[in-house]
Amino acid sequence: MRIVTGNDLATGDVTWWTGQGWSRHIEEAVDAGAHAEAIAREEEAARRVNGPYVIEATVTADGPRPAHIKDRIRALGPTVRPDLTLKPADPAAGSWVI
Amino acid sequence: MYRYDEYDQSIVDARVEEFRDQVQRRLSGEISEDQFKPLRLMNGLYLQLHAYMLRVAVPYGTLDGRQMRMLAHIARKYDRGYGHFTTRQNIQYNWIKLAEAPDILAELATVEMHAIQTSGNCIRNISSDQYAGAAADEVADPRPWAELIRQWSTFHPEFSYLPRKFKIAVIAADEDRAAMRLHDIGLRLVERDGVLGAEVYVGGGMGRTPMIAPLIRDFVPADDLMSYLEAALRVYNRYGRRDNIYKARIKILVHEIGADEYRRQVEEEFALVKQLGIDPPAAELARITAMFAPPALNDGGAAPDRSDPDFAIWLDRNVKPHKARGHAIVNISLKPIGGIPGDASADQIDVMAELAERYSHDELRVTHAQNIVLPHVRQGDLYAVWQTLADAGLAEANLDLVSDIIACPGLDYCSLANARSIPVAQKIAQRFADPARQRELGELKLKISGCINACGHHHAGHIGILGVDRKGTENYQLLLGGSGAEDVSLGKITGPGFSEDGVVDAIERVTDKYLEVREGAERFVDTYRRVGMEPFKEAIYG
Ligand code: SF4
Repeated sequence: MRIVTGNDLATGDVTWWTGQGWSRHIEEAVDAGAHAEAIAREEEAARRVNGPYVIEATVTADGPRPAHIKDRIRALGPTVRPDLTLKPADPAAGSWVI
Repeated sequence: MYRYDEYDQSIVDARVEEFRDQVQRRLSGEISEDQFKPLRLMNGLYLQLHAYMLRVAVPYGTLDGRQMRMLAHIARKYDRGYGHFTTRQNIQYNWIKLAEAPDILAELATVEMHAIQTSGNCIRNISSDQYAGAAADEVADPRPWAELIRQWSTFHPEFSYLPRKFKIAVIAADEDRAAMRLHDIGLRLVERDGVLGAEVYVGGGMGRTPMIAPLIRDFVPADDLMSYLEAALRVYNRYGRRDNIYKARIKILVHEIGADEYRRQVEEEFALVKQLGIDPPAAELARITAMFAPPALNDGGAAPDRSDPDFAIWLDRNVKPHKARGHAIVNISLKPIGGIPGDASADQIDVMAELAERYSHDELRVTHAQNIVLPHVRQGDLYAVWQTLADAGLAEANLDLVSDIIACPGLDYCSLANARSIPVAQKIAQRFADPARQRELGELKLKISGCINACGHHHAGHIGILGVDRKGTENYQLLLGGSGAEDVSLGKITGPGFSEDGVVDAIERVTDKYLEVREGAERFVDTYRRVGMEPFKEAIYG
């Protein structure tokens, strides 16, 4: 699948395109298919996202899993500070990255 | 310490307001990201993996307690309760909101701090010796010169858009504690026939093409130094490669045309520049120098009682002699075993500020090895300082040992990274956690970068590690034999790379081999230089 990601302009938070808007949670990301680039352009022009780009991801039972480790780290948070990730209560969350 | 005059303060205040307006215009959509990005970068604001990152300048690594407290306050109020001290003696915050960035800069300005020129193709924060003003081996305090260069380079109209970023280091001692020759320009203050001047090295650097700066002039009298720097930068600004980002640093220019030709051009330019009156009048230099006058260090108190064994170990490892009798230089390690190199919590930053105010004449230093220094401590106060540090988790006695690792933020934070640096540092520190084993290995400088940009100085590590991307997985190259000190050298790659765990094992095989072949009290790097790469290669790859 092809998903669109970027950062929130004001907060800098990593965000994912959900089909309707932007979410901090990659589980809510949708396959943007051939429209991905156009979505990125339109959303950036409307300042709903900053620096959007399109990535490849695989579909898993837990939701989309980005092909590249960099985007998996973006999706979760720093692997060396589990307390600062989006899943602070899940000590195993880091293994999803690797 | 240097104190802002009305000019310094007004330009910093004006810059905050200018940036506030720029941020407002970006948030309202008046300007695009393409237009805004260079403006935010000029104010130290990057967009990193998880959020905006703000890099705050710590000029030549010197801070007072009030400034350090402000760094803690910013960590608490605007970030997530911690900061990361960097190899450029600065501090970075990883979780900044764009809308709040102007307020942060306004708060910093109240304590004479800013983020100006911590990014972009300009002259960056000047680095220096963390023991400046306290080291017995210095000919002068290098900081008045570093400050002068800071003033000269701040908003320098000719040098705001150089071909590439530009880093200058100033030291004044035989021992090089600032990796001086791995800077674009390295200055070492020396005295010749009673006249103060500088050796000028140009064209060093790490990154993609590491180079050790050659000596361009063996003595520039202090009275000519600013003119000489202006000439050195002008030649670079004119002929540096703007067509290729990978060849744009001054090291490539000096290398391509040769040190002799570069020197000739600088001398020619210098003859013209010298007429312009750039060098400071004696009164101005005296004004700046007076602000760095050494504190009155009289009674150092009784020599510390060494009966507490943990304290004695820390004393031997992290405390260095001061030029004033009865005083000492205290190194605070930001490398607890298993911790994140260079990170400190807001509470720890406050503790260090408090210690500086109480025991170190209100001074702190940030080191390029990502540690903190209290430069002027009475020996009679050392035990109290150590107890406070120990309570705050800041008393790791590992200065310059294998667990005192330099590590860049790597792929956990940095958008340019190929691989994570911090987990590798943590695993190595844990593998060698036994303090006795570390001391047995002696001085061993281990440095890790998460990509070829080399922010973690891997070329200059006795052991260096470079993270690379091998078909989408993290892989680590191992280098041996580098040094950023006065015995400067560049590390060599051992051979094929390793996985994260594999590189930790490889390092253990290297240190085992070292213990087997070392002679006497030889340091690791000296053994390597004596026996060469082969025995280590064999130990690693079989
Ligand atoms: S060396 Fe590379 S990964 Fe590390 S901080 Fe610098 S740019 Fe980022």
